[in-house]
Amino acid sequence: MSEPILQVRDLVKHFPVTRGVVFRRTIGHVRAVDGVSLDLHPGETLGVVGESGCGKSTLAQVLMRLTPPTSGTATFEGQDLFAKRGADLTAWRRDMQIVLQDPYTSLNPRKTVGDVVGEPFDIHPEVAPKGDRRRRVQELLEVVGLNPEHIRRYPHQFSGGQRQRIGIARALALRPKVIVCDEPVSALDVSIQAQVLNLLSDLQREFGLAYLFIAHDLGVVRHLCDRVAVMYLGSIVETGTAEEIYTRASHPYTQALLSSVPVPDPSLRGRREAIRLEGDVPSPADPPSGCRFRTRCPKAAPVCAEDPPALEVRDGTDHPAACHFAAPPHLVRAD
Amino acid sequence: MTVAASHLLEVEDLHVEFGQGRDTASVLNGVGYHVDEGETLAVLGESGSGKSVTAQTVMGILDTPPGRITGGSVRFRGEELLGADPERRRMLRGESMAMIFQDALSALNPVYSVGFQIAEQFRFRRGMSRKDAMARAAEMLDLVRIPNAKQRVREYPHQFSGGMRQRAMIAMSLALDPELLIADEPTTALDVTVQAQIMELLDELRRERGMGLILITHDLGVVAEVADRIAVMYAGRIVEHTDAATLYAHPGHPYTRGLMDSVPRVDDVAGAALRPIPGLPPSLSAIPPGCPFHPRCAHAEDVCAAEVPLLRELGGDHQAACHFAERFVAEDPDRPTTHEVVSR
Repeated sequence: MSEPILQVRDLVKHFPVTRGVVFRRTIGHVRAVDGVSLDLHPGETLGVVGESGCGKSTLAQVLMRLTPPTSGTATFEGQDLFAKRGADLTAWRRDMQIVLQDPYTSLNPRKTVGDVVGEPFDIHPEVAPKGDRRRRVQELLEVVGLNPEHIRRYPHQFSGGQRQRIGIARALALRPKVIVCDEPVSALDVSIQAQVLNLLSDLQREFGLAYLFIAHDLGVVRHLCDRVAVMYLGSIVETGTAEEIYTRASHPYTQALLSSVPVPDPSLRGRREAIRLEGDVPSPADPPSGCRFRTRCPKAAPVCAEDPPALEVRDGTDHPAACHFAAPPHLVRAD
Repeated sequence: MTVAASHLLEVEDLHVEFGQGRDTASVLNGVGYHVDEGETLAVLGESGSGKSVTAQTVMGILDTPPGRITGGSVRFRGEELLGADPERRRMLRGESMAMIFQDALSALNPVYSVGFQIAEQFRFRRGMSRKDAMARAAEMLDLVRIPNAKQRVREYPHQFSGGMRQRAMIAMSLALDPELLIADEPTTALDVTVQAQIMELLDELRRERGMGLILITHDLGVVAEVADRIAVMYAGRIVEHTDAATLYAHPGHPYTRGLMDSVPRVDDVAGAALRPIPGLPPSLSAIPPGCPFHPRCAHAEDVCAAEVPLLRELGGDHQAACHFAERFVAEDPDRPTTHEVVSR
């Protein structure tokens, strides 16, 4: 396999919880991201899945240098990502861009589409000389399937799916190597969602992009991703190729997650084994001791409360999972 | 159509408009469906298809103005509700029909305890004392499986998690033992593991109480798991209606088929291509003439732009509003039918 373009090791992001107005004191920490390691290779799609509050969006923000990490390292093409300053940092931003979830709030309503998509060129004039910009912006609009004639329109004149395409055009403007997609299709209707997903695959093939694809929809991730990391309460609990995760999940959380996803096929009703989790995700400000999933886990044993399981390959499995009792599921064929 | 009195709820040819003059948006253009006791009808559609407005009209909570009901009929056990005395409709709400909403946090009042809000119904509709009503509220919370219901009943909505708030909403809606429950996107705001819990709870309660359930959703997966019958909506019309098994196996409307081909499935074979529906849903103030779906339809012919297709009977209680519905049902869709299923 090629050298990873983005390499993250033991990344931690804690947010302090404070009390008091004049004398603010820290009374605890929300452990949003708590020791995440991952590799992203050029041209591949790595999916990060998890439920709300598992830290997947915070992970994206830290990697985009939008908020500083508490500890841990990340390298981009071998260079320390968190050490970049000034011109070095600006130059790096050309290589890594983000597409955000909400196409209604991530575009400035006072700017035309041309301004929104062309703004990256103001910051990086070396990419497109001034006279050439209008043409470049129109090219980008065409690439994402929008009418290049609409360059002077405002965001409110577009539908949700079209706005998401504008966000994608903006991310593409600087010809990045990596795009972080933070729930790019979860605000869209199914028929529109499929259009945007197909666009993302086409762009990846055309420009050789690597995606860090953050989503809660397991169907979307299966469709788009080469490799998948499953997060729960700030840590990765299982990681592997899409095939490994979706057919041979070995962590009880991943298994429960997969069995909870409704499948659009009534003939399978009652034939899929249902693993129902009890209760809700605990607060990341006060996570359980040992394994964080143990409070909802059907396999929990006393050892789980004491000893946090490492993310490693265990006997009988073929990819890393953070569970003392990791075991492959039984495969059932429905036919 | 069957005899009106035989259905729990029957909606017929419902028309609703918003706005005035040139800005008039035709939100509902002749919607009709029915529900019986103990069954689940799923109303499936994307944003703007009119599925929630239909439900609001049935409940009598549609804001008029700006909305205008311009025609149709809503009958509950044969009794016409449109134009009925507002006091009569108020009595039916809660007592006979109840509704739960997508966003439980904004549907609950933040300054009253959850128990107080459930107990209100027992106090004003059943004349119970505060104390008795609170005790009943705790029983209701217990019914929807909220742990420590006796203590939790005094807590406020912000102290509940998303899944528990939706449970509290369900408890509230079932307090007066309605015969019909309308659930408007009840799990859309929830995570999958919690969604599965809530859908199972709703299904169990429906079975135990013999309620009719109208489940409004855009999620084809949820529909496949619980619905008995499905009505698919597009641009304010029902475009297809049949039982769950038939709809998924032999969709008769190209829109329904398009939706199914658009969904990335968790049990898909890797790399399976999505076939999205091109274009966008129409603006409700400028619905295309003829079939509202024809500009996006790969099979459209001249007749589609000229004539509005009516729901036509395809046999076996299967209707679709497409001029070529018979042809689509006959063709076997070339979708993979065997799927790997992951169990524990």
